[in-house]
Order: sequence, then structure tokens, then C-alpha cells
Amino acid sequence: MPKSLLASWDHLRDSIYNAFILPRYFHGVDLSHLVPYLALIGIFGFSLSILPFLIWIERVALGLVQDRTGPNRVGPRGLLQPSADVLKLFFKEDFQPKSVDKRLYYIAPFLTVMIALSAGAVLPLANITFRLPNGTLQNVPLMVANVNIGLLYMLAASSLGVYGIVLAGWASNNKYSLIGGLRAAAQVISYELAMGLALLCVVVQAGTVNLGGIVYAQDTLPFGLTWLPPFLKGSVFSWFWLQSLIVPVILYTIAMIAETNRAPFDLPEAESELVAGFHTEYSAMKFAAFFAGEYINMLAVCALNAAVFWGGWLPPFNCFPFTFIPGFVWFILKIMSGICLYVWLRGTLPRLRYDALMNLGWKKMLPIALIWLFVLAGYSLIRQIPVHLAGVHYTQAAMLSGGK
Amino acid sequence: MRDDEPTNNHSQISHPLMNNPAVKDFLTRITQGKGKAEDTAGSVKALATGFSITFKHYLEQQLKLKPTNTIQYPEERREQFPRTRWRHVLTRYDNGLEKCIGCSLCAGACPARCILVEAAENSDENRVSPGERYAAKYEINMLRCIFCGYCQDACPTGAIVLRKDFELASFSRADNLYTKEMLLEPYNASSRVPISVVDKQ
Repeated sequence: MPKSLLASWDHLRDSIYNAFILPRYFHGVDLSHLVPYLALIGIFGFSLSILPFLIWIERVALGLVQDRTGPNRVGPRGLLQPSADVLKLFFKEDFQPKSVDKRLYYIAPFLTVMIALSAGAVLPLANITFRLPNGTLQNVPLMVANVNIGLLYMLAASSLGVYGIVLAGWASNNKYSLIGGLRAAAQVISYELAMGLALLCVVVQAGTVNLGGIVYAQDTLPFGLTWLPPFLKGSVFSWFWLQSLIVPVILYTIAMIAETNRAPFDLPEAESELVAGFHTEYSAMKFAAFFAGEYINMLAVCALNAAVFWGGWLPPFNCFPFTFIPGFVWFILKIMSGICLYVWLRGTLPRLRYDALMNLGWKKMLPIALIWLFVLAGYSLIRQIPVHLAGVHYTQAAMLSGGK
Repeated sequence: MRDDEPTNNHSQISHPLMNNPAVKDFLTRITQGKGKAEDTAGSVKALATGFSITFKHYLEQQLKLKPTNTIQYPEERREQFPRTRWRHVLTRYDNGLEKCIGCSLCAGACPARCILVEAAENSDENRVSPGERYAAKYEINMLRCIFCGYCQDACPTGAIVLRKDFELASFSRADNLYTKEMLLEPYNASSRVPISVVDKQ
């Protein structure tokens, strides 16, 4: 290749890369103050507009797994079927059984949606690079609330979600609903521990609970091996699924499925035993709210999985075709592969028996997570010794190297 | 009951794999939550097998390598068995005369009492059936009919038969009172071949 062409290619690449860098101050407006609003629009727009598509994916994929066709009547390939269903639910009678606890009965479904949506507040969607007036670059994660307790907030929100289900079970004044609600509560409590410990494995390595910070901590060379080529910096091998030695990501994935009450852990709504579990007495828009809440919850835990274990907005390799795809596209791709995993699991595994579910949570996942936490804590302690000797804290180094 | 059959209902799984005692022991053990440490590899293999089967089916369907089980109902219909008993038809001879002679044996045989036959005399001016009499009125209340086919068995001339047309839904109860005009096989004088209701679609 002639040298001039090579140079012009480099120039083109740089100019494309520079197009992604915004000036910090635009006509006197500090653009970094607009980041939360942008993230708010992104979270709401994405999670609410993707819902019908998620339902469509699930129904079509499950159909194909079972040698059926799935929805194919409304719109091309049945794409408008979920919208038609929502329209139907919207115009259905707002039925309410006689003996329900009215206040809680009405609050419960919308509580579920609200809490599920609120989990999105601390999710980092992408990285925005600002150029300061003095020419230095500043990396800001695109998130609604750049708080230092992001991960804790996320855990709190995902476990609060069970309140909607328990209240629905209680308020319905129906034995099946109540059993469903209680099962949900017991299940969420038992899987929360394993989930928290699996995430703690990452926290001891990243040294921060800020989700943006956790993603920046993955933007390093794999295992801190400085002799590796630069295209591996922040690559698929340096994400925490591998850096935390694979076990935590498996534990978290199992726990996240149990946490969202989805197959094979969908005991709260086990239709073979409990009619429809906690939403037996719900119809019309209240049922739709439960449905939406479940899917938004799935999105939230998949997004947490993507951000914590799978590098958030980072491309799989730090080189040409991957780096030019914007970060939020990678993030959405990672979330959607989590959703596909959900559907695959639902198409494959039968529902667990209740004692088997509790066994798995308490006797298998919790001890494994605890042991792994000790292993990783020791490992990262050893890893930090040379850094401490050099006088730079490991995580600070990771944060600093986040922006090239 | 054979000796080797389990007495516990929960462990009765009939599958060719269960003939292998090692597999049977393994599956029984892990489903009872008594799996040992050395069962891990087997469990993982079992899981992987399950996941690969569903993925294989997904790919086959997505790439259209195998036919789907779905029948796209209004456009296509499941093929009915040869002796399916659905909607009644009053048949004709090849020359167009009705087979029914108004004998009411079908009404007598009907356990649901849903058939009403009123006979009338044939005359040379108005010859409907080859015999002395014909059915002037023939009604079946399809809401009562249990599709047992006794009327078909009782009929001495093979006039009333149950055929494969199974789409009998209607919007009112009155529509389910089938009259002779509705039941009678259409007569095509040009071809002299009876057109069955089944082949009409």
C-alpha cells in the first residue's frame, strides 16, 4: 500500500474518532451537565420501546425451539402482535374481585414497574469523551446518577421489586396468589446472597462500586499483563467474566434468572400448580404492568450483567472495526444476548421443584460464592502488591488509564 | 407389574435411555437431590445435551431446514382421517335421485333425539327418490347431535352419512338447526358425479 494512502487512512480514522469527542463547553454551556438528561431519555426510550420487541423475540424463538412458527399474523413476521396485545389489554374491563385489599391491589403492579424502571438510574450506557479547553480529554460515563454506590443501589432496586409481587399476592385475597407471592419473597431472599457475593468478587477487583468505575476498571490489559499488544486493552479477555475467573459470572447469571422469577425459576407464577401465581386476579392494564415490570427487570439485570462482567460499552477488541461502533450499540448488543439466554433457558429447562430451588440457592451457590470471594480477595491482594510498592493504587491506575 | 419396575410414582420415567442401569441410577440420584461430586460431569453433559437439542431445533426452524408442525389454519387444514364423523350429508344416486326414503329409522336410532323426518309420497310428476316415499322434511338439531354415527348405521339406503366437514360454528342457535336443503348433497346434472362437501374447498 502506498505511503500517502496509508497516511490519509490514518487521517480519516483520526477524524472519525475525533467526531466522537465533544467540547466540554459549547457557547458557554457546560455540556457535561446535560449527560444525566441524555441518559434519562436513553433509559426510558430504550427500555419502554424495546418491550414489544422483547416479547416478540421470546414468542418467536420459543415457537421455533418447539418446531412451531410463533406469531405471524399481525404485521410482518408477527412483529406487531405484542402491540396488538397491549391495545387489547388497554381496552379490556378493569376488573377487580370483590374481596381484594383495594389500595394494595391497585398499587402493586405499578410499584413493580416503577421499581424496575428506577434500577436503570445507575446503569452506564456509554462513555462520552469531552475535550477540556486546555486540550486534555475527560471521560464521563453516560448515566443518570453517577453515584458512588451504584452497585448497591442496583441490588436494592432489584430486591425491592419483589414488594410488588408480594403485595399483589397478599392483596388479591386468593390462596394461589398468596403462595406465589410468598414463593417470590423466599426465592429472592435466597438468591440475593449468591448474587451479592458474585458481584462482590468483581468489586474487590475493581475497587469501586460505581458502575461506571467498574466498566473503566475493565478497560485495561488482561490481568495487567503489560507486554500484551494494545488491541487487547479493554478487550473481551480483560472483562471481569474472565478476570474474576469465570465462576462469579455463572453464579450471577443463575441468580439473576431466579431474581427476575423467570423459567426455570418461575415458581411464583407456576401455572401447573398456582393457576398464574401472584397475578391470578389481575387482568387488563394491571396485568400488562406486571408483564412490563418483569421484562424491564430482565433488561435491568441483563444490563448489570453486561456492565459488570461483560465490559459495558467496551468493544470486544480495541482495534479498527470494533472501535468505530458506538459504545451504546455494544451495550445494547450485550443486553440483548442476555435476553436471548433467558429465552433459550426457558425453551430448554423444566421448572425446578421448590426444595431443589432452595437447595441450589443455599447449599450450592452460596458456599461456592463465598469460597470464590475469598480466593479472589487473596488474588487481588497479591496482584496489588507491586502496584502498592510503586506508590500508585491499582484502581486509580485503572481509572486513569481509562481514557487512553 | 414387572419386578424391576419402580413402585414409586415419581420415578416412573419411560425412555429407552432408562434401560441402561447406569443412566437410570444417575438420573434417579440427581432428580432426588442426592447427587454425588462425581456426578457433576454427567450433569453438565446432560445440561449441554438439552441446550444443544433446543438450539438445533431453533436453527432448523430458523433456516427452514425442517418443516414446521404448525398448520396455518384458515389457509390450510389438517387432513381428516378417512372414517371421521363430522357434518351430516344426505346423499344422492348417480342419476340425481335422493337416497333417502323417509323411513325415520335414523331418527329412531338417534340417542340424542336430534333428527326429525317427515315423509311424503312420491308420484310420477314429482319423483324425488326411487322408493314409494321420500323425506319432505329432514332436520337435524346440530346442538344436540353427538356425532355417534348411529343414524348412518341405521340407514337402509345409505342416504345419511357423516363426512369430514368439521367447521360447524355459527353465530346463533337457530343457525344450528340444519334443514334438508342444507344437508342435501348438491346435484351437478352435467357431470353426473356427486360433489361431496369435503371436496368443495
